[in-house]
Amino acid sequence: MLVLAITAAIFLIVAGILAYVLVRYRSRASNGHGEQEPPQIYGSNQIELSWTVIPILIVVMLFLATTRVIYTTEHAPRPANALDVTVVGHQFWWEYRYPQLGVVTANELHVPVSDHAHPLPTYLTMSSADTDHSFWVPRLAGKMDLIPNKVNTMWIDPQMNGLYLGQCAQYCGVQHAKMLIRVYADSPEEFAAWVEHQRQPAVDDPAVTEGRSVFMHNACISCHTIRGTVATGRFGPDLTHVGGRETIASGSVPNTPTNLREFIDNPANFKPGALMPPMHLDTHDLDAVTAYLTTLK
Amino acid sequence: MSEAVLKSASPNQQWTLPSRGIVGMTCLIIAEAAIFVIFVVAYIFYIGKSLTGPTPKDVLELPIFTTICLLSSSLTVHAAVSSLQKSKQRLCSLWLAATVLLGGIFIAGTANEWYDLIYKHGLTIRTNLFGTTFYSLVGLHATHVVVGLILLSLALFFSMRGEMKEEHSEKLEVLSLYWHFVDGVWVIVFLVVYVLGR
Amino acid sequence: MATQIPVNELHDQIAHAPRRLWLEVLHDWVTTVDHKKIGLMYIAYALFFLVVAGFEALLMRVQLAIPNNHFVSPEVFNGLFTMHGTTMVFFVGMPILFGFGNYLIPLMIGARDMAFPRLNAFSFWISAFAGFLLYFSYIGGSGLYGAGSAPDVGWFAYAPLTARVFSPGHSTDYWTLSLLLTGIGSIGTALNIVTTIICMRCPGMKMSRLPLLPWIYLVMSGLTFVAIGPLTAAQIMLMLDRYVGSHFFDTQAGGSAVLWMHFFWIFGHPEVYILVLPAFAFANEIIPVFSRKAIFGYPAMVAASVGIGFISLSVWAHHMFTVGLGAGGNTFFTLATMIISVPTGIKIFNWLATLWGGKIQFTASMMFAIGFLFQFLVAGLTGIMLSVAPFDWQLGNSYFVVAHFHYVLVGAILFMIFSAFYFWYPKMSGRMLNEKLGKWHFWLFVIGFHLTFDLMHVPGLLGMPRRIYTYEADRGWMMWNLLVSSGAAIQAVATLLFVYNMVWSYFKGPIAGPDPWDAWTLEWSIPSPPPSYNFAEIPTVASRRPLWDLKHPDDPDSDYEMGQADPHETQKEGA
Repeated sequence: MLVLAITAAIFLIVAGILAYVLVRYRSRASNGHGEQEPPQIYGSNQIELSWTVIPILIVVMLFLATTRVIYTTEHAPRPANALDVTVVGHQFWWEYRYPQLGVVTANELHVPVSDHAHPLPTYLTMSSADTDHSFWVPRLAGKMDLIPNKVNTMWIDPQMNGLYLGQCAQYCGVQHAKMLIRVYADSPEEFAAWVEHQRQPAVDDPAVTEGRSVFMHNACISCHTIRGTVATGRFGPDLTHVGGRETIASGSVPNTPTNLREFIDNPANFKPGALMPPMHLDTHDLDAVTAYLTTLK
Repeated sequence: MSEAVLKSASPNQQWTLPSRGIVGMTCLIIAEAAIFVIFVVAYIFYIGKSLTGPTPKDVLELPIFTTICLLSSSLTVHAAVSSLQKSKQRLCSLWLAATVLLGGIFIAGTANEWYDLIYKHGLTIRTNLFGTTFYSLVGLHATHVVVGLILLSLALFFSMRGEMKEEHSEKLEVLSLYWHFVDGVWVIVFLVVYVLGR
Repeated sequence: MATQIPVNELHDQIAHAPRRLWLEVLHDWVTTVDHKKIGLMYIAYALFFLVVAGFEALLMRVQLAIPNNHFVSPEVFNGLFTMHGTTMVFFVGMPILFGFGNYLIPLMIGARDMAFPRLNAFSFWISAFAGFLLYFSYIGGSGLYGAGSAPDVGWFAYAPLTARVFSPGHSTDYWTLSLLLTGIGSIGTALNIVTTIICMRCPGMKMSRLPLLPWIYLVMSGLTFVAIGPLTAAQIMLMLDRYVGSHFFDTQAGGSAVLWMHFFWIFGHPEVYILVLPAFAFANEIIPVFSRKAIFGYPAMVAASVGIGFISLSVWAHHMFTVGLGAGGNTFFTLATMIISVPTGIKIFNWLATLWGGKIQFTASMMFAIGFLFQFLVAGLTGIMLSVAPFDWQLGNSYFVVAHFHYVLVGAILFMIFSAFYFWYPKMSGRMLNEKLGKWHFWLFVIGFHLTFDLMHVPGLLGMPRRIYTYEADRGWMMWNLLVSSGAAIQAVATLLFVYNMVWSYFKGPIAGPDPWDAWTLEWSIPSPPPSYNFAEIPTVASRRPLWDLKHPDDPDSDYEMGQADPHETQKEGA
């Protein structure tokens, strides 16, 4: 607010002077030439000194205020019960790991809601598996970049329940625009239930054994993990509970069986340039594997 | 009114300005220095950060002899310029030849060092961060030395044919400025790579 | 010369010489080393690319007008923003400013040409080649994932996106090579400018009497030497990484992606000052003439320009506030960036003081200069906002930043370039541009500019990041994007008006004469267009405004050198 106040004040004063000068000192001759030249003023030490010193003072004030905000944000004391989440950026999806809780998921981040009296912030430890990315959920915090071979940390402290939207804010390749972020600030009970559920290995519904078999006998397992099965790939998102997510393709496509099927058939249907190749499954296998994944709630 | 002729130069006024060649070469030197600074910064930044492979301590030896040769060549090229200014053309040729020779020894020494590094120690530009930054920095410098040697050889050629006279001494001085710059860069590279970095 | 022909007769002879074959004319231009012709070629070349890059912008704005649009594919869009940025900075901004400098500097200092005419020609042609190499990529290259062909890694080409593994095609290589070449051209021209100004001033023109335009070009050229080097070095490193297997930016081998950012912005920030300083230079010449007053505070203007040059070398990491520099780093760069606002403010105040007490003439040129003043003020203020690191954590890499820098590049620099065109076109072509069309151009462009770039701040504030080929409908960004896009169309129309004006006026405009604006620097003392030798006799000067002295012999500037002592003593009545 201080910044806005100072810049607004400067704007009004300077623009005001400009407007005044343009009206007051406009040439009143009918043609440009033949008019007497105005007094030639070459400078004024006092005036020039004052408009050097005053801006310097404004800068000093603004700088001190800013420094205070930088330090209180970056060095905010960390409460003992803060939640840790490791965020790994990938082309073009988000990996979320909760080391204290043994949970691994992707694209939809659940965190407990916090409040002033009993702060429960979430600390994000971030890096990248490939190119640069940036985590930006405007209504929660400023952004922080995810850079390979570098670890950055930031914290978020949502005070209200709800869904917060964001997206990758550092150009990372073709589908940078579709690397969306969804942060769910859950009440303590909701969050505990979610964690408990996420810890379970994948649902093993006998009705979709065929689909499960399609998955396990195709290249899917080389990129994806489904806990409790032989699929332990790390290149793509963890699918253990994919059926329970609201979206797929990193927030850009609603998670319905139709969309899921179309995505598996060829991700370029929604996200051309996504690193998952088209799976070239025949219709039957495609239906079966879609049904299987839908049960992984 | 605007066609009015402005006063032309009055003959008794002194109006001397710096030499174009020297100012131009100084500008070029500043620009080239900026490029070198970045390679030096990269070198310093990556000291100790290689994940594998030989370290500077393992493989680098102080190139004392070649350094002495290169730095002396600054003295010889300066002598060449002074000789030309005094119209001593044959002496100028001699000093130019000495400069080219000393520079040539430096390059030969560098080539020898690199041969050992590559074949005896297995250090190439792709081996690790040390290899990357070492070869690029020393290589960039060596390229500048080679360019300088080519120009100096050209100068030597004209000088030996008797075509370089006292009125060309400023051009030779401009060239010598470049050569002093190249030597100056070597001082920095030597200190950073062979002294600081090991 | 075999015979002595009086100068005026020689000029008449040339004017009435038989028409030459177009092939002869072409040969003349291709082989010329005359600074005026080279300057004009730079300007024409830049105008061509202005239209091309403007067209790329229009395509982007159509794509972004509505959410989830399918006007262009993601690959093409990513190529468009990369090419738009790269072209505008390197093939519009730099050439047009070097072009004006090339044309005007020898004229303003009383010289017959630049210090190194052949280097001048070489610098132009290598830059020209670089531009065509960049655009050749549309038909010759193969970009990310083999689709599309032009560079698509963003104009700042962050590592490791540019590594072979993430950019397997040649898009990055076209970017790197064409910029390497144009960098060489830039250094050549900057070298020429510095040497010319220092070594070829006419008698009596001490540095303290140098008009402000050459002064600022001196600072800008010095910055060029120090800034282009880092870009060249980083690009050499990138090429080594891509083709020889080195590890400068290879994070798998312990290399650092942040190092590329440092190197790029050590170039990139001074680069934008290289672009804006000439705009200040034009303002310093144009605003006094149309206020009918000398520039207020010449020594402070020189000091401020030099100060801006130096400080701009220390602020680069304000482009990296979100990278994790640590509180100390963020604080330092916040401070350095805020400090640069002091000399910049001094310049704005000096311009206002020049206008104050003057007799302002609202020619098309002046109107663009006033637009520049207002818009540069706003751009500077949003810059101060962004210099506050925590503010930047929210708004960095968003459309707020895009709006800020376009405010500077278009609102300040392009406006001042238009102003410079209206001012110096008469000198270059011998004819006046049409004032009425000029005013249409101005108003249309102002409306389009503000519609686009004022509103563009809002999507940034609402969370829209940059470099996205589309966006979701549920973020509330659509209306703003639609309006922004419509403003772009209006600016395009205004620009076409301007191009038409230049072409029409060349054939049908009123004859300008040597000094249509009643101005005061040396270029207005010779015919329009100037003869190839510029000055029949090299002039001697005794003050900063030699023509003022001639026109007001009872009260010349030379009585008031260097802004002496008392303010009362430095004031006087015009003749």
